[in-house]
Order: sequence, then C-alpha cells, then structure tokens
Amino acid sequence: MDTKSFIIVAVIKIALVVFIMLTGVAYTTWLERKLVGRIQNRWGPTRVGPFGLLQPLADGIKFILKEDMIPDSVHKGLFLLAPMLALTMSLISIAVIPFGETITVAGHTTALQISGVTHAGGAISDINIGLLIILGVTSIGVYGVALAGWSSNSKYSLLGSLRASAQMISYELALGLSLVGILLLSGSLSLREIVNSQSGTWILGGQNTHIPHWFIFPQIIGFFIYLLAAFAETNRIPFDLPEAETELVAGYHTEYSSMKFAMFFMAEYVNMFTVACLASLLFFGGWHGPHIPGLPPLLQSLLPVFWFALKVFFFIFLYIWIRGTLPRFRYDQLMAFGWKFLLPLAIANIIVTSLIVAWRG
Amino acid sequence: MVHQVLFIVFGLICVAGAVNLLVQRHPINSALSLVVVMASLALIYLLLGAEFVAAIQVIVYAGAIMVLFVFVIMLLNAGAEERTRGSRIALFIGVPGVVVLAGAVAWLLVHSSGQLGGVTIGSSDFGETHSIARLLFKDFLLPFEVTSVLILIAIMGAVVLGKREG
Amino acid sequence: MVPLSWYLILSAILFSLGLFGFLLKRNIITIFMSIELMLNAVNLSFVAFANYWNALAAKSAGGVAKLASGVPVVPLSGHVFVFFVMVVAAAEAAVGLAIIIAVFRTRETLNVDQVNLLKL
Repeated sequence: MDTKSFIIVAVIKIALVVFIMLTGVAYTTWLERKLVGRIQNRWGPTRVGPFGLLQPLADGIKFILKEDMIPDSVHKGLFLLAPMLALTMSLISIAVIPFGETITVAGHTTALQISGVTHAGGAISDINIGLLIILGVTSIGVYGVALAGWSSNSKYSLLGSLRASAQMISYELALGLSLVGILLLSGSLSLREIVNSQSGTWILGGQNTHIPHWFIFPQIIGFFIYLLAAFAETNRIPFDLPEAETELVAGYHTEYSSMKFAMFFMAEYVNMFTVACLASLLFFGGWHGPHIPGLPPLLQSLLPVFWFALKVFFFIFLYIWIRGTLPRFRYDQLMAFGWKFLLPLAIANIIVTSLIVAWRG
Repeated sequence: MVHQVLFIVFGLICVAGAVNLLVQRHPINSALSLVVVMASLALIYLLLGAEFVAAIQVIVYAGAIMVLFVFVIMLLNAGAEERTRGSRIALFIGVPGVVVLAGAVAWLLVHSSGQLGGVTIGSSDFGETHSIARLLFKDFLLPFEVTSVLILIAIMGAVVLGKREG
Repeated sequence: MVPLSWYLILSAILFSLGLFGFLLKRNIITIFMSIELMLNAVNLSFVAFANYWNALAAKSAGGVAKLASGVPVVPLSGHVFVFFVMVVAAAEAAVGLAIIIAVFRTRETLNVDQVNLLKL
C-alpha cells in the first residue's frame, strides 16, 4: 500500500490500540480490587455503579481534580520528565506486538499490528528485531524509575528508586536469557515469525500427538524463569519491596501527586499488559486457537484476537491471584534469588536447549 | 531526499547532545545528554541498515552502561562543577580546538569525497541478525571467546574494587 | 543519497568534542563520559563503512567487495567490530566506575585536580 494510506491506517490503529489499552488498564485496576477483595473474603468496590464497574471512572476524575503539588526542592525538569518517560516507554512496546493476522475493513487490508505491513498477496512483514525492541524499551524504562527517585530530592525516594532500579536491571538479565530458548526453537527475532512457528501440532517419533506446537512444552523451565523475571521487572508482588506501602513510605513515587502519580500507576499496569502479551505470544501460541467455522469475514479475522485476549486475560488474572496470595521478598532475598538462582538456571536452560536442537538436526 | 532530511535531523540532535554534555556543569545533565546522543546514533544506525547494531546500542549502551553511570552519579551525589579560572581558560582553548580539529578532518573528507561515493538508505537485506551471528561464530570465534573472558575479569575486578574495607 | 563523507564528518565532530571534553573537563565522571562519546563516534564510522562496502559488493562482479587496492573485505565485519567495541566499553565502564567509587571513598572529591597525590 502507498505511503499516505499506510500512515492514515497506522494512525487509526495507534488511536484504537492506545484507547483499548488505557481502558483495559483502568478495568484491570477494578479487576484487581475485586479479586484481591474476594481472596481476602470481602467485597471490593460495590458502590459506584453495578458491581463497582464505574469505580475506575471515579478514580480517574479524582486523579485529574487532585491538587498537583510540586515540592520546592525538586529538580523540576527531571521531576516532570520521569513519569512521562515511564509511561511513553510502556506504550511504545505495544507497537510491535501482533494481535492477529489481517483484517479487511472497507476494502483496505491491514495487519493486526501497529508496525505490520501487508503486501499484495496477503504476506505480512513485521519488524525483524521485534523482540529486541521490547527488551530495549524495557531497559530505557529503568530511567523513569531512577530519575523519579533522584529528582525528588528526598531520602525515601532515593532509596526506593535505587532499590527498584537495581532490581529491574538485575532481572533484565534473566528475562533476556529466558527468551534465548524461544529464539533457538523458532529461529527468528520477529514476533510474528515466532507465533507462526507455533502453528500445527507436535510430532514425536512420526506420531502426531494432538498437542498444539506451543513452545511452553519444551521450554517449561524458560517459561518459569520468564514469569519470575517479569514479575520482578514490573515490580509486582512478590517482588514489590521498592513500592510496598509498609516500607519506605511509597518508594520512588513518594513526592508525586495527581496526574504524575497516575502516570506511574498506568505505566506499571501497561508493563503488566506487555509482559502478559509477550508470554502468550512466545509460549502459548499467540492468537492460535480452535477454529470456529461459519462466521462472517470480519468476525473471522477478529477470532484470533479473541483467543489472544483470552490468554492475556489469564496472565493478568495470574498476576492478581499471586498478589492476593503471596507475601513479599526481603530485598537481599530478592537480589540473591535473581543472581544466584535464576541466572544460572537460565544459562543451563540455554545449554540444554541448544544441545537438543543441535542433536535433532 | 528523505534520507538527507532524516540524517540532518538526527545528526543535529547528536551534535546538540554532545555539546550539551560538555556545557552542563552537573554530571547528571551530562549523562542524560549522552543518552540522547546514543539514542540518536541508534536511529542513524537504522538509517544505515544496521538493525541489530541499533538494537544492541539501545539495550547495551543506552540501557545498561548509561544506567550504570546514572547510578554512580546518584550514589556519589556529587554536586555541580564550580566555575573557576581554570575552567574559563579551558573554554578559550577548547572551543577553537574542537573547531580546528573537526574542521581539518572535515576538509580532508570533503576533499576526497569523490573517491568515497554515496550511501543509500539501509535496506532489510543487510545487517540481519543471523548474518552477523554467522560471522561472529565462525570467522570471529576466537575474539568472541576472548571477550567473554574479558567480561569475566571485569566482573571480578568490579566486585573486588567495590568491596568495603573490613 | 547521502555522501559517505557526511557520516564521517559527523563522526569526526563527535570524536573531537569527546577528545576536548576528555582533556579539559575536571569532573572525573564527565571525563569518563567523554571517553564513551569518542567510542560512539568510532562506532558510527565503522557502521557507515560497512554500509559502503555492502554497496561496493552489490556493484562488483561476483558479489565480493574489493577495496581500491584489490583487497577483499567482508562488509558485515564493520557490525561485528561495533559489537566488540560495545563489549569492551561495557567492561571498561564497569571497572572504571568501580575505581571512581573507590577514589571517592578515600579522597571525598570528584575533581581530578585534587587527586594528584599518591599518598594523602
């Protein structure tokens, strides 16, 4: 397709995805409060709207109307930059995530991915290094946390941000290494290629087991490492010491109020979404699912998106379930776990996977 | 045309970031300017078709090495440099020095630009990860293994140097 | 079509800025960052030449890039060199910053002019 229509379609896709993502983030907060409440044998929000469904709206209005306090002794530029950096980096990684195959609306065929390009003949080309872009954006996201704590010019913020950023860069290693097993099995860094290599079923010794060709089955240890490293990257329980309410006041976002605090909050939930999307793409076959015959074409192209959303919802549910169940790690236990257990386990996973891949041909 | 515009925009951002690195007196501002330089260099690498190198520039340089710099600046909490007589003299020597050196090299390059030719905007049949991996693990295997030993030595050195006494 | 000399001029400007920052700034961390700027400038010229050699390889008969003197070159070796430069820069940054922290702990200052005695 030519440049002008590509740009128009891309802008429409960006607006749609950002709108859906931010609404999803708002309702994930509702889901979290409801689920954690039920796990703790209480109701959660019930007053605002039926089942408390308008609670995120009320929270949003509260955030906008709150007084925006900027203490005198902060470094103004970095103080304002840090939450914007955190939220921007979280949203950029959504650009390379594929949600499905193609969709045809009003005669225009486009890939269900912000950075995907369709060619004549139905082939979709993707960014060759999609996985590396997500890793790079995660690395830059550490700056948001580090600068927030430093610019606040307060000891609780500084300590909280040093702990949080040290935790994030330590677990980035385990995160990256756990994905190498997937690369060995699929042979490509492009996310769409990785999902396409998970189509079909596993064939063992000439026999067709009817198990889908998802990478969770050979890479169960890699999945375990990925999940733990992702929990630590997004600063969620059991790794959320830097921002726990009973420690360190509120960590690196102590001095932030109203919209800037809301931006950090949204950045954390969008990071959760990115991690959940990556887990379903890399380990659970992305948008592959049972085929339902007899649907109109528009619903037929949205059916893969539905399976993808179901898998992402499962991971979000897992995040919230673990939050309601487990206690948190102490900081030295957390760092020892990342460096002394996860990193050697990830390297062992790479060695075993590469030996098996080389042996099978 | 698009190539020239993009190169000029990112080149100007690079040079502005590098000049800001030297002009700022507080090290944290210099560190953040250097991150801007590295990010715009990554975009220039994408213009040159080096997609893998651009990705690892962001992941390793801007995302790990510069985070380390920012950490150390935050930990040591050293303030801004003072404006002393020595720094004013340095300004008088430095600015003409930069202009002379860069100007001399630029003149040499423009003089011989007939022999050098042009650069086309990068295409996707060059600089892919698997081609670089093939080179790295076949022709450059020995330097690759030696750098892994180098990183091990650096880790041990950093741990030993960072230990507190007693 | 951007001439190769433009990329090399940008590399030269960044390198000379890094060089004079290294020689004339007094804060040890800023000096270290000027070193990183010089390394980045060199990386840029490596990648620019790799692209240029690839264009030469596409134009030549047999697909092998040859320099004007007839020496065959592998275009992607520019990218591989950048990879090694980054690895060495990472190792150097780790050890150098550990040294800076050790110096700060004993001398209490980051000004290189005041760290000029071997024994306090």
